[in-house]
Amino acid sequence: MGRIEIRFAGFGGQGIGLLGRLLGEAVSLYEEGKNSVMTQSYGPESRGGASSTDVVIDTEEIDYPKATELDYFVVLSEEAYQKYIPKLKKGGVLFVEEDLVTLDDQANKAKKIFKIPATKIAETLGSRLFANIAMLGFVYANTEGIVSEEALTQVMKEKIKAKYVEKNLIAFQKGKEYKQE
Amino acid sequence: MMSDGNLDLPEILTGEHFTTGNHATAEGALAVGCKFFGGYPITPSSEIAEHMALRLPRVNGHFVQFEDELASIIGILGARWGGYKSMTATSGPGYSLMVENIGLGMMTETPCVIINVQRGGPSTGLPTLVGQQDIMQTKWGAHGDFEPIVLCPSSVQECFDLAIQAFNYAEQYRLPVTVLMDEILGHMSEKLIIPDKSKIKRVNAKKPNVPPEEYLPYKPDKDLVPPMAIAGDGYNIMVTGLTHDERGYPVLDVETQEKLVRRINDKIRKNKDKIIILEEYMLDDAEIAILSFGSVARAAKGAVNRAREKGIKAGLLRLITIWPFPDERIEALANQVKTILVPEINYGQITREVERAAQGKTNVKGLFKMGTMHNPQEILSEIEKCV
Repeated sequence: MGRIEIRFAGFGGQGIGLLGRLLGEAVSLYEEGKNSVMTQSYGPESRGGASSTDVVIDTEEIDYPKATELDYFVVLSEEAYQKYIPKLKKGGVLFVEEDLVTLDDQANKAKKIFKIPATKIAETLGSRLFANIAMLGFVYANTEGIVSEEALTQVMKEKIKAKYVEKNLIAFQKGKEYKQE
Repeated sequence: MMSDGNLDLPEILTGEHFTTGNHATAEGALAVGCKFFGGYPITPSSEIAEHMALRLPRVNGHFVQFEDELASIIGILGARWGGYKSMTATSGPGYSLMVENIGLGMMTETPCVIINVQRGGPSTGLPTLVGQQDIMQTKWGAHGDFEPIVLCPSSVQECFDLAIQAFNYAEQYRLPVTVLMDEILGHMSEKLIIPDKSKIKRVNAKKPNVPPEEYLPYKPDKDLVPPMAIAGDGYNIMVTGLTHDERGYPVLDVETQEKLVRRINDKIRKNKDKIIILEEYMLDDAEIAILSFGSVARAAKGAVNRAREKGIKAGLLRLITIWPFPDERIEALANQVKTILVPEINYGQITREVERAAQGKTNVKGLFKMGTMHNPQEILSEIEKCV
């Protein structure tokens, strides 16, 4: 495995930052032989509605902590899609919340596009707040060799407030099992 | 955040964490026994103050948010004389305001730690973007002659480790020690391993070993560092920024100035081999050296790896201690390599020092950027131009 760059983006309140933390921590602390660095949008870049977090993963030391060309772009809002789609590498992989993002020609450079109604899935669990974790499950199911389910489950149990853990784990499973039409 | 809302945590969070450089620095300070934080929040250092405000009161420490940076630095000097290991955290504009009383700390030989999470300057500059522009300010900011100790981490782990080292140097040599972080390190999260308490070295300034009537608060031992009594120990102490004799009384003459100022400089100069920490990477057979520090040194190492893959004999000298400057090591390196490249996020502050230390024995070339760090490819391109 070489260097992998993943960006999660959406609007404030969707729990975008949590996704970066969960993935970064799962890799750093529970994946033998892999390093990760997580950064979040900050300063003027974080103004406006779009929120983003980047995770860089490598088996080597991470010499450049910031994302340069995204291998994976996971996006949960239209504004974030428009803002960051230029950063997706040609031949990269795109994950979208299909009810919140309208794809255009810019998505054509993606090798694969995975679409999920993460918010609707979350609503079946009682709150759209679980949409981020449903998306995480969907990303996990459609990528290989980045992180294990055990590692992600472990950090979700540690990092998510106890009373929300169970529903988030269900959201993760629903995202993981979701089959795109 | 490391606490995750759970505030009943021990003083030392032994174990593995995934956290930011700012939080790692705060935890390093707590681990080495810092019990007083005085500061005024400023981007991009504010998370250090925030974290200390959460943690310190719960481990028998004290947190004060002062009205400004002048009060903050004076506050931490006073706290140390009251017996608390103390620190502040700021960024370039705040450091500028602290400079006068960092000089007071040098003159009064007060152990304390100043964290400067660098952003772009001059002035208020670029609050949210990275800089390495305070190198010379830490050396020459305050008036008068003194030899500062300044450390510079390149990873989240090193933010923790060097916070500890900074306190230990401060206590051992009795002076304010600065850690020059930067915005990238302050805000990025990566793995941090906090060792067991028994593995964390804690140095405390020497206490007097004579009865109070014989104690002279500025009479040095052979190592040029005087034992330190604090308020309440039962010894007479006197703390002044004026030139003072061994009793601490102001004596404003040539002899006293000669003796005092030479000593507070020499206690560092004569120990600089013990203070200077360097990382050497692939330098043994190197023909091109990169001299780097801080977050940029990560990219520099990446560039060395890529150059080696292409068969170019490149190596890295990383400054972990910035001041005192490793003149002798750089001179030796200048005799070995045909070029020293110096990537830095400023307009040539360390490059100039390298030129001075190299004494014309090699080609020294600075690679300057503003507001962002170099990527490995950019540095590699410069290496290839030198072949």
